[in-house]
Parts: sequence; C-alpha cells; structure tokens
Amino acid sequence: MGGTGRRVCFARQVGFPICRDDITWRTSSCLVQSIRFKTQGPVEQYGLKRYSTAEATVVTRENIKMREKTLTMETLNPQVKAVEYAVRGPIVLKAGEIERGLQQGQKHPFTEVIKANIGDAHAMGQKPITFLRQVVALCSFPELLESPSFPEDAKVRAGRILQGCGGQSLGSYSASQGVDCIRRDIAAYIKQRDKGVPADWDNVYLTTGASDGIVSILKMLVSGQGLSRCGVMIPIPQYPLYSAAIAEMDAVQINYYLDEDHCWALDINELHRAYLAAKEHCHPRVICIINPGNPTGQVQSKKCIEEVLHFAFEENLFVMADEVYQDNVYSTDCQFHSFKKVLYEMGPEYFNTVELASFHSTSKGYSGECGFRGGYMEVLNLDPEVKAQLVKLLSVRLCPPVSGQAAMDVIVNPPLPHEPSYPQFHESTILGALAEKARMTEHILNAVPGIKCNPVQGAMYAFPSIFIPPRAVEEALGMPPDMLYCLRLLEDTGICIVPGSGFGQREGTHHFRMTILPSMEKLKVLLEKLRDFHIKFLKKYSSLEELER
Amino acid sequence: MNKRHYIRNSSQDLRLFRWFSAKQCALPTPKMTENGLGHREKVLNMNTMNPNVKRVEYAVRGPIVQRAVQIEKELKEGVKKPFSEVIKANIGDAHAMGQKPITFFRQVVALCAYPDLLEDNKFPDDAKNRARRILQSCGGGSLGAYSASTGIEVIRQDVARYIEKRDGGIPSNPDNIYLSTGASDAIVTMLKLLTSGEGKTRSGVMISIPQYPLYSAALAELAAVQISYYLDEDKCWGLDVSELRRAVEAAREHCKPRALCIINPGNPTGQVQSRQCIEDVIRFAAEERLFLMADEVYQDNVYAEGCQFHSFKKVLFEMGPEYSNTVELASFHSTSKCYMGECGFRGGYMEVINMDPQVKLQLTKLVSVRLCPPIPGQVLLDLVVNPPRPDEPSYATFIKERTANLEILAEKAKLTEQIFNTVSGIRCNPVQGAMYTFPRLTLPEKAIAAAKEKGQAPDMFYCMKLLEETGICLVPGSGFGQRDGTHHFRMTILPATEKLKIVLENIRAFHKRFTEEFS
Repeated sequence: MGGTGRRVCFARQVGFPICRDDITWRTSSCLVQSIRFKTQGPVEQYGLKRYSTAEATVVTRENIKMREKTLTMETLNPQVKAVEYAVRGPIVLKAGEIERGLQQGQKHPFTEVIKANIGDAHAMGQKPITFLRQVVALCSFPELLESPSFPEDAKVRAGRILQGCGGQSLGSYSASQGVDCIRRDIAAYIKQRDKGVPADWDNVYLTTGASDGIVSILKMLVSGQGLSRCGVMIPIPQYPLYSAAIAEMDAVQINYYLDEDHCWALDINELHRAYLAAKEHCHPRVICIINPGNPTGQVQSKKCIEEVLHFAFEENLFVMADEVYQDNVYSTDCQFHSFKKVLYEMGPEYFNTVELASFHSTSKGYSGECGFRGGYMEVLNLDPEVKAQLVKLLSVRLCPPVSGQAAMDVIVNPPLPHEPSYPQFHESTILGALAEKARMTEHILNAVPGIKCNPVQGAMYAFPSIFIPPRAVEEALGMPPDMLYCLRLLEDTGICIVPGSGFGQREGTHHFRMTILPSMEKLKVLLEKLRDFHIKFLKKYSSLEELER
Repeated sequence: MNKRHYIRNSSQDLRLFRWFSAKQCALPTPKMTENGLGHREKVLNMNTMNPNVKRVEYAVRGPIVQRAVQIEKELKEGVKKPFSEVIKANIGDAHAMGQKPITFFRQVVALCAYPDLLEDNKFPDDAKNRARRILQSCGGGSLGAYSASTGIEVIRQDVARYIEKRDGGIPSNPDNIYLSTGASDAIVTMLKLLTSGEGKTRSGVMISIPQYPLYSAALAELAAVQISYYLDEDKCWGLDVSELRRAVEAAREHCKPRALCIINPGNPTGQVQSRQCIEDVIRFAAEERLFLMADEVYQDNVYAEGCQFHSFKKVLFEMGPEYSNTVELASFHSTSKCYMGECGFRGGYMEVINMDPQVKLQLTKLVSVRLCPPIPGQVLLDLVVNPPRPDEPSYATFIKERTANLEILAEKAKLTEQIFNTVSGIRCNPVQGAMYTFPRLTLPEKAIAAAKEKGQAPDMFYCMKLLEETGICLVPGSGFGQRDGTHHFRMTILPATEKLKIVLENIRAFHKRFTEEFS
C-alpha cells in the first residue's frame, strides 16, 4: 500500500479541492505537507519527505515546459520552508476558499463562515474606542482641529502627537525607536501600572505590533553553532509566532510544557527538566513567557513569576515576557502582575541584573486595534552597546507606522477623569462583556462529553482538550487528528478554529483554539453548533461502549 | 592609553563608535554590569550577540544622524552653536522638510479612521466613496481589523489595475500583488526567500555600488554574499552590462549568484535608466538565470528632460514571451516617495512575475507570521494607485497639489546640480530623478590623513565636521559604497527652495574653508 496514494486520498476526503485544477492541487498538497510538528516527534513520521515536495515539482515540470526557475522549492531558503504559522494556516486558507464559494452561490450546510481562529476583535464586530479614533483622525487630517464636533481633549492629544512628528505630519518618518513624546507617555504609563517602579523612556521602543519587537529581540539573541547554538525556551502550547521565528532563525526550540491539569500553570520543575535536557545539545539563553497565556488563557500567579525570574537569574537566561493580554483578565481571583514589577520587588540583586524585554500591543486589551500594528517593548538591563546595536537594527526598517504609534499613545494615555471624553471612554463595556463570554464558553464546552476546558482566566481564547476516537485518529493517516477534526467542523458548520497541533501539545492529546470574541449571540450559536458537531463526530467514529465510558 | 580607555573618555565618541561594524569594533566586553555589581556577564553582550546583526550597517540613520539628534537637544538646552537649527538632509523624508500632504489622501484616511465623519458635509463625496469602499472590505468595516496577510483584496485589485494602466495595458494579476510595510519590508522578504546554500553555494546577490544601504544591511543580516557592481560615475552613473558580467564572473568563484537588484531611478545616485539599458539588464539576468529585483520606488520622481521612467515589467513584456514567461521579477513600490511622500504610513507593495506557485505559497506563509501590513498604510497606497478621476470633485485640487510638488522637486534638482558644480572640489552629476544628489568630493591629502588618524572614512570626517560647523546633516558616501579612493556625500533635495539655497551656500562656504584648512 503506497503511503502517498492513501494520503492524497485523504486529501480528497477532507475536502481539499484536488481535482479542480493543477494549481489548487499543488496548493493543497503543499499546504498539507508543510504541516510539521516539532513538538510531536521527527519530521519523517509525518511523511514530509514522501509527501509532496518532490511529487508536486514533477507536476510543475510536466505542465510547464520551460527552463527551471531560479527560485524553486529546492533553492528556497530552507529556514523559510521550516516556518509554520497555524493561526493563518491551511484551515484558515480553506475557510477563505469556502467563503468565496458561498459568495459565488456554492451550496454549503451553512450560510456564513465564522472565523474564530484569530484574536481579531473588530472583525468580530467590536466597535473601536471613539476617543482613540478621534485622535487618529485629527492627526491624519489636522484641519479637523478646527472642527467643533471634536472634543478638546482629543484635540490636545492630537496636537501633542503632531508636535512630536517631523513637519508636524504623520507622514514623516519618526525616530526608529518611535516618537519621543510617545515613548515618554509609555514610560509614565508603565510606572503608573507598576505602582511607581521606575521606567526610563530610553528603554522603550515602539514596534510594528508586538510580533515585530519579539522577532527583533530574538534576532539579537541568536548566535553560536552546534552545541553552542542559542536555545530558546517556549511554553507548549505556545503562540506559533515563537516557533515560526525560531525556525526562521534556525535557533533551537526548547519546549517546556504547561500543566493542563492545573489550569495550564507553569511548573518550575518542568522548566528545570526542559533546561537540563536541552543543555545537552544547545546553549539555552532565552526564556519566553506568555502571560496571560495564548492560547491557554491562564493568568500567572505572582509566586510563579517570582520562581521563573529566580530560575532565569540562576541559569543566566534572558527573559522575554509577552504581556499583550495584560488588560484581559477575567477571573475575579486572578490579577495581572507584570514581570518587571515582580522583578523589582525581588530586590536590586535581581532588578539590576536580570535582562528582561516585555511586550505590549494595540491589538488586544479593550481597544483591539490590530490593523494599526502598534506596539512597544521595554527592555531592562540591556548592555548599552547591545542597545546601540538594537537601535541600529531597527533603523534599517526606518520606523514603525506612525498612525500605530499614535494609537499606542492613546492607549497609554487615555482620557483623565476631568476631561470631556472621560465619561464615554469609561462607559466602555468591552472588558465586562469579554469576561462574560469567557465564562459562558467554559461552561458550555465543559457540558459537552469529550471536551474539557480550563477556565479562561484571561486573554481571548479557549483551548479545550477534545477526545478524538481512535478510528478518527486512524483515518487522519498521519495528519494531526485535531486538524481533521477542525476541517470537518469547518465543512459541516462554517466555524473556523485552529487545531491544537498548531500550538503544540503533549503527545496523544488533542485540542483546538477558538477566540471568545464573537458577539454574545453569535458565540452562543457557535458553541451550540460546535457541541452538536462534536457529538455527531463522536457518534460517527465511536462504538457505543466507548461513548458510555 | 589603550583604545578602549580613549573611547570611554568621551561619551559622544562612544555613542558614535558603537555604530561601527564588528570589524571596526572588535573590543573586549567589560565583565561589569552597569551598576557595578560586577560579578556576572550579561546574557546578551557584544560577544554573544548574533554576529550577523553586528555586521549590519545603515548609514542613513548612522552615527552622523545620532550626533545631529544630540546637537538638536543641545540647541534646545541653550548650548551656543555657530548655527540656530539642524537641517536633516540625510533622508528622503518630504513631510519633515515641510512638504504638505495631499489633501484628498488625508481626508480619506481620516474618514476611514473615524467613520462618523462620513456624515460631515465638509468632506467631498469622492473622498467619502473611497472611504466607504475601503471600509467595506475591512473586517467588521474597521481599520482596526487584521487584513489578509497579502493585503486587502480590493486594494490589491486596484494596484493591479494601476500597474496595467502605467504599463500601457500589459496585464497585471492581483494574485501577484503583495502589500507590504513600506518597500523595505518586501525587499527584505524577497531576499530572505532567495538566501540558501553554504560556502560556495551560498546565495550571492548583485547590488549596485553606490547602493541604498538597506540592501547591504539585509544581506549582512541574512549572511548572504554581496556582489558589488559599480555604476559609472563618469557616464552619469550609468549601468554597464560588461561591469555586471565582470562582477558575476568574479563572484562565481566563491558563491552562487542568484539575484540582481536594480534601483531605478537610482538611490543615492539619481540616474534614470534608459530603456535600452533595462533591456540589456533583463537579457543578462535571463542568461545568468538571476532573479531580478527592481526597486522602483522613485518611479514618479523623474525630472531631467529626455529621461523617462520605464518599468522593468513593461520592458520585460515587450521583449516577448521568451523573456516574459521566464524571467523571475519582483518590483517594489512605496507610499513614501514620489509626490506624496507619506513615509510614516509605511505603505508599499511588490508585484512578482513568474514566481514558482509553490514558492508563492511559501511567501504567503512567511508574511502571514507578521499578520498584515498596517491598514492605514494600505489605505494610503490605495489612494496613490486610485487617485481622484477627472470627473470627481477632488480632481482639480489633487492635480494642483501633485503638480506643484513634482515641479518644485524638479526645480530643486536643477538648482542643486548647478550650485554644486560651481564649487571647486565638488562635482555633481545631473539629478535626473529620485530625491538625492551624490556629488563627488576632492579632499586634500591632509584631511584624509586626519580622518585616518581618527579611524574615520574621509567623507565621514568631512560630514561630521560639516555638521558641527553648520548644522547640516548629510550622509557620507562611504555609507553607500563607492570606488576606492573616491569620496562623496548624499544629500536630499527636499528642503524648501529658500532653505535649500542656504544649505547649498553653506556647504559651498564650508567646502572652501575645509579645503583651505587642510591644504
């Protein structure tokens, strides 16, 4: 039995359009073969080599009788090939395809695709914060500063930002680290958030979304060859930006597993285990933490953060704290603690030595302004010469988008109680609604047999574990079973979610990530559809005994 | 006194010093933390840092610019200088130099950012229509949603239509259009795809010398091999195919040449390539199987009479299917230059031709990791490719503003060339296009010796002195690459005409003083 044949067959089963035309066929098979899971064992196990690179190339050569291209799958940067990003991976591409089909009148058992794959609040109907958009509009078209329909506080903010821009225009480049006055505002905000812990604006760098800052810092850190190659500790499950960046830089990914049975908590013993194991084959130099967790939604306790920082101190690791969900904490018994504040409270021995970069963004929180690509990072204890190198590196890309910087400024410098926009700004119910959706998601999912969901303490996602019957696993034929599950779900219901395998998970477990962002009504419908699908799926693939067990 | 000690003594020099590349800066790292605890080395220090990052250099925002910022602060604090303001002629940043934004563009951006304004009767209907159309194609009708990683669909369509029109009807497929975060983003992405191999099979990328240092910086970061081909200063920075051939032959000894980058109109050199020359380059790329990267961000900035912009794509297609079906090409454009100069929005696109479909998917995957280019930048790009039409209310103002911006630039290009060429010791080619002049300097032997003593390139020494004495901030030619023994600087022609005149006069006077001082 040829493995390849069966796999193509599988592609047909799961609905990749293998027959429509050559290009889509190659597209699909290429997508399938690019799914690779470092967290789950060697590549060959999933048939990467057999599955398609070579095969599809043959098709290309047969069909197009021309000389070989300069840039082909064979000559492509192998690190680029190794990159994976499930949040916009094959399921999402398939969803886009179905959506276009629906528009063209194709029949499906549903009328719309619901994209719950990504934390994209506005796309899910969340309204922008009026004040933020007023300031951005004023900055974009300063003639509006004369308009009586804009509040004074918005005008003052806009005027101040424009003062900080070359030629008082959003259209000029800013300094590569960002507009000076915005960096100062961010430092003031951090200081206030951390109850007075000093923040130096010279340590603040604006970025193109948090992703940009994370990749830049990783880039600085990656060096060495063989046993001295830089190792980066990341949680599993993780946000796949990390694994993608590590693959692109050819650094060594060191997995530490979060404890699903303890609400995805980080266990310091697991950090030690992962660190010691990795030391055999690389030089661990960085630890990445996502708090509140993405995709896992846990909020780290202060004690746990202390332990991590102590560990980093002991083992001489650079700490990268991804804190983009810092305002998204829902559980009443949880609280966000910034790594920086905890580090400060541990005393000068720690605060003056541990190298820390923390990241924030305009995309999450209550504002959800993803499209502006605003963000910042604060670095602590960075070697001054390295800092100059960082500025140099950032300067090659000139500057982060200035409108995103303006949006960031509004987020760190919102209306004050005595200002005219304060009441409307303060009335915003966005975070309250998110908390409610977090609870509802947990409850509904936990009522479904074969689904188990930890509380969504923070962030914007549920990451439940799902039981997939052995027969379904068998049918998946080397494709991750939760990928099969998500594809079926998409085809049956139009719901687009991301398989857990795209984030990494303990072997033999299966999950999916879904955002809690759809409106309450839509979310309810979505969860009910999901429940019905899950039961149907179980019935289809299980014997009765299995179900009763 | 050892070198390190000397550097520590001067904070200004230290800051500048840190900018130099690894080869210039192989110093031991102190095993001391800032606070003097002194017992542990930093995880991330100059020895442990990514060596490729160390090799990166980017003169356009290099040590001179750092010093300029510092001087600006000193002026604000009341420090006395022989000048009252710093003039930053180091970078093509039109708005910072006082150019006004195109009204229509900004109206649409404001409408998109704050759609309540759609009810405001002060905004023209065409601006509102554009804004509505764009918002309809955004998730949730908001600029705040992520777009597809390749960019908003309707904007990609608009870009394709714009290219078709520009190229006299040669078809352009929206599927080949990728929106980007400025052109730089797309250029780096393409270079990333192209870099592979080890040792003698490592990718080699041909770039012009002088070049825009984004290229050398990206190649350093990717540890790809830079293959320099020299432009001919004596022939108005012309590109000679025999020089391309020489460079590729020499490079073959130690790497695998795989891509050829062209900047047209030229940055920093301002030449506009002739159609014949483009054809020759394409033929060369076809013969050598090189991936062509055409940096065409200055395509609307052509000033010299008799010069015309020809896109690589158009020429490629006019050369017939033998070429147009085979040569792999990526061309780049941006919102930052031309008549609009909207640098801060970081808008841009690239069009890829003849790219392997599987590689295209890999490209899409790679760009998806960064989610999407900033939406306000995408909006601005849409307006650039889809400006007011003659039958629309904003047309007249738009044309007036655009024409004025381009005419002034043309006038300044001519003025700059004329004044520089009256200075003995400065020789300047015509600024046919783009936004810069890159004149050649004759520097006295003594000045060269003085620079050497300081460990600086002679033109760095010159520019630094110019900055300290006049407040004018330029970029030394050494930051762009130049033939050994020659010296240049790059200066933008963007300052307002009156200011530009003063700048040019000040440089003339400085050059005379400098020459006398070191003779």
